Amino acid sequence: MGGKSGLRHWFVWLTLILVSAGCTNPSMSVLDPAGPVGREQLKLIYLSTGIMTLVVLVVAVLYIYIVIRYRERPGQEGEIPEQVEGNKKLEVLWTVVPIILLVILAVPTIATTFNINEKPDPAESIRVNVIGYQYWWGFEYPEFGVNTANEVHIPTGKKIEFILRAHDVIHAFWVPSLGGKEDLNPERNTRLVLQADKPGIYEGKCAELCGAAHALMNFRVIAHPPEEFNEWIASQKSPDSTPQSDRGREGQRLVGQNCIGCHAVENAGYPVQGSTGPTLNAFSKRTRIAGVIDNNRENLTTWMVDPQGVKPGNRMPAFDHLTEEQIDAIVQYLLELK
Amino acid sequence: MATLIILIVVALFLAAILTGGYNEQYLDRVKQNWLWDWITTVDHKKIGILYLIGGGLFFAIAGLESLLIRIQLMFPNNKFILGDVFNQLLTMHGTTMIFLVALPVLFGLMNVIVPLQIGARDVAFPFLNSLGFWLYFAGGLLLNISWIFGGAPDAGWTSYATLALNDFSPGPGVNYYVLGLQIAGIGTLISGINFLVTIINMRAPGMTYLRLPLFTWTTFVTSALILFAFPPLTAGLFMMMFDRLFETNFFATNGGGNATVWQHIFWIFGHPEVYILVLPAFGVFSDVISTFSKKRLFGYHSMVFAVVLIGFLGFMVWVHHMFTVGLGPIANTIFAVATMAIAVPTGIKVFNWLFTMLGGRIRFTTAMLFATGFIVAFVMGGVTGVMLAVVPADLQFHDTYFVVAHFHYVIIGGVVLGFFSGFYYWWPKIFGTFLDEKWGKWHFWLFYLGFHLTFFPQHFLGLFGMPRRVFTYEAGYGLELNNLLSTLGTFLMTAGVFCLVFNVLRTVIKGQQAPGDPWDGRTLEWSISSPPPEYNFAQVPQIRGLDAWWLEKQEGNDRMPPAEPLGPIHMPSPNYLPFVMTLGFFISGLGFVFHSIEVGFLGLAVVIVTLYVRSFEEDHGYHLHPKELEEGVNGS
Repeated sequence: MGGKSGLRHWFVWLTLILVSAGCTNPSMSVLDPAGPVGREQLKLIYLSTGIMTLVVLVVAVLYIYIVIRYRERPGQEGEIPEQVEGNKKLEVLWTVVPIILLVILAVPTIATTFNINEKPDPAESIRVNVIGYQYWWGFEYPEFGVNTANEVHIPTGKKIEFILRAHDVIHAFWVPSLGGKEDLNPERNTRLVLQADKPGIYEGKCAELCGAAHALMNFRVIAHPPEEFNEWIASQKSPDSTPQSDRGREGQRLVGQNCIGCHAVENAGYPVQGSTGPTLNAFSKRTRIAGVIDNNRENLTTWMVDPQGVKPGNRMPAFDHLTEEQIDAIVQYLLELK
Repeated sequence: MATLIILIVVALFLAAILTGGYNEQYLDRVKQNWLWDWITTVDHKKIGILYLIGGGLFFAIAGLESLLIRIQLMFPNNKFILGDVFNQLLTMHGTTMIFLVALPVLFGLMNVIVPLQIGARDVAFPFLNSLGFWLYFAGGLLLNISWIFGGAPDAGWTSYATLALNDFSPGPGVNYYVLGLQIAGIGTLISGINFLVTIINMRAPGMTYLRLPLFTWTTFVTSALILFAFPPLTAGLFMMMFDRLFETNFFATNGGGNATVWQHIFWIFGHPEVYILVLPAFGVFSDVISTFSKKRLFGYHSMVFAVVLIGFLGFMVWVHHMFTVGLGPIANTIFAVATMAIAVPTGIKVFNWLFTMLGGRIRFTTAMLFATGFIVAFVMGGVTGVMLAVVPADLQFHDTYFVVAHFHYVIIGGVVLGFFSGFYYWWPKIFGTFLDEKWGKWHFWLFYLGFHLTFFPQHFLGLFGMPRRVFTYEAGYGLELNNLLSTLGTFLMTAGVFCLVFNVLRTVIKGQQAPGDPWDGRTLEWSISSPPPEYNFAQVPQIRGLDAWWLEKQEGNDRMPPAEPLGPIHMPSPNYLPFVMTLGFFISGLGFVFHSIEVGFLGLAVVIVTLYVRSFEEDHGYHLHPKELEEGVNGS
């Protein structure tokens, strides 16, 4: 999105070439796990793929042999082949062999299913409550009293217990490179335990059809080394919401008039903090806007004026009744929220 | 209400104009019209053809929808069709293909062929057969006019609550889904019961259960599955209809309802539905492969056993669609193991097909090409099915393009290829002409290669992190090439379908005449003329073994031995009541869609009046007499 079309054209081709060379961005692929859960799951994917490839190969070899060997040749039109009823030994063979293969697959399946579902020791894990909204993600850290949206920060090397719940319709929480998904239901909590080994940004998606903007209900998991994570938590506990410029002060006033019914900003002196939209605490530190476009001045302006163009179907109305200057002031203030 | 009256008046005017104006002989003229003949027919062969036409029509619509979907996904960040409209397309594509295409076209083949294969003159309930078709067609029509009036449903073909409830899907969209499927579903249930009774009660003397051709066997098991799977759907649709129309709270969580219950109900129906679709296709392949290999089916008894076992296990595995719902590891692993178990009988079938061809004389007609092509495609769809049963792996696969690839491999690789195979195989029997083999082979190769090109790359799309049902994806995550290939594949498939359409048109205009037994067939339907006479068999045949017609031919007979002397044949009269009753259901459905309760009940009143009229109808049909038949004894 954004950028000149010629440039984008080149970018598309460049990516195509990279893809054909086997280089893909690793942050969203199941095949390149960045944590123990994803790795366990990948092992099972490989095991099942292996067994199933074997089955396909056996069938394919038999099939190709039979189709070539027994096709009717000129001159054979009248011939009647022997009418075979069946063969007990063969039939037992292709009943028993699949059963054995399936047992080989079923045992680790059951073991891993129970393993990855284990509740982690509270002393050694962090709990994060995830609330799915149409079409954004709310994250709460109950132990630290911190709230954020669309980007969840976690420490590396530690189990994170995500407690999932939907606010409206069913969503599904999926970070492909960390591990498999789990639904967010409106009537009860579910649990997903994930862990990241190394720092990085991991793309997350909503995997359950949840309405018009489902395709763009993205989020990011940002893994930090533990010290860095503690710093992040500290900064989130008391977000700096004081404007630093005159324009920012004007923006603060306009945010109070226009945005605060749906969004919340802490430490900004507003009595009302809405929860229809994502919290705006420390907005300048987010990497993306609405989970879709990079967080910069130009994109933020576009988003404010035409949110439906960026993320069709989302709930934010266009603020095109504001003057360009007013929009710019709001943008300035948002980018000053630390 | 006013709109309704205007529509009725317009319809009456149109009918008068089309039939040449109103005067005293108006009713006579209407009754001589070819359209009246088709509307009132109770002949199972004609109803079969109606199913094929209806299924073909909806196939064109749903195919177009899939093309639009793939064009939007051809390039990253494409802006062709976005948001709600895209969701409407994917919902209608899935719903139409499953409910209005896959099953009805198979019903078409079953309707024509099953009575012929068991040596019956008709189905058990000709009236219900006609009613079943018209209800299916009315339900499908109701679903598809949503595009024109008020917006199509957009909550996915699974229509999960709470997304599908009023709060999140305002407007009539999902009402169309709920009522259209309800009406079509009654039709399906009626047809299922009809086939079940036909196969149990109307087999010719000597046609024991273990002499039934496999297509009849699979129809039998499919009908039993319909009998048990459709009532849960009916119940679920009623609950959702009440949630939407009358503000009940079955699934509405903000009123204390439970959204997960809808998923259970839907999949208790939805999983057997997959087997309802694919089992008849298995039957087609069994018949086609043994005919074109000139061999009896390898392991007939284990084939029958496998079909019954698949049918049974089909009901035990619905939770594998719900591994990510959070039901806990115990539920998940039990259903995982049950799901894997289905691979065993399926494997038995695949090897039996292969060994049927072993040592045979394989003729690669178009029908056989589709059948052998199926084996490869379906095995691939089957093994990915087992992979999806591995719960921890499924947590990654679930709701991604890997699943899209899997079920298209099963549904297209199994059901659609199966239908095409049966279509080319039985076309001469149904219409008495040959489809062109050259165009048939173009159809096969374009469609088959296009199919693999479309869906094979989608496995990788899933693994690279692309969820299903998304209208866009970003560049730079390795999704571009595979999406492009997938879309190109769709164009190839479309080209293949155009070859089929051209082939059919060409054959209808100047088809080559087909004899009674063009393929050197093995089962009873090939022992009579093509197309079969109205009464199928002048004398009901005596069955002496499996592959009855082949048996007689091997002993040098050119006709089946009769089980009865030549005598008058009882035939049911054509009846317009099924159409009128369906009209009632349609009006009722349309009324409820728009929350117009009076119109809804008016339609139901039409239904009840029709039921009343039918109850006191004293038409016992008519008899065809042997003298009229002498010309066409056993069709030859």
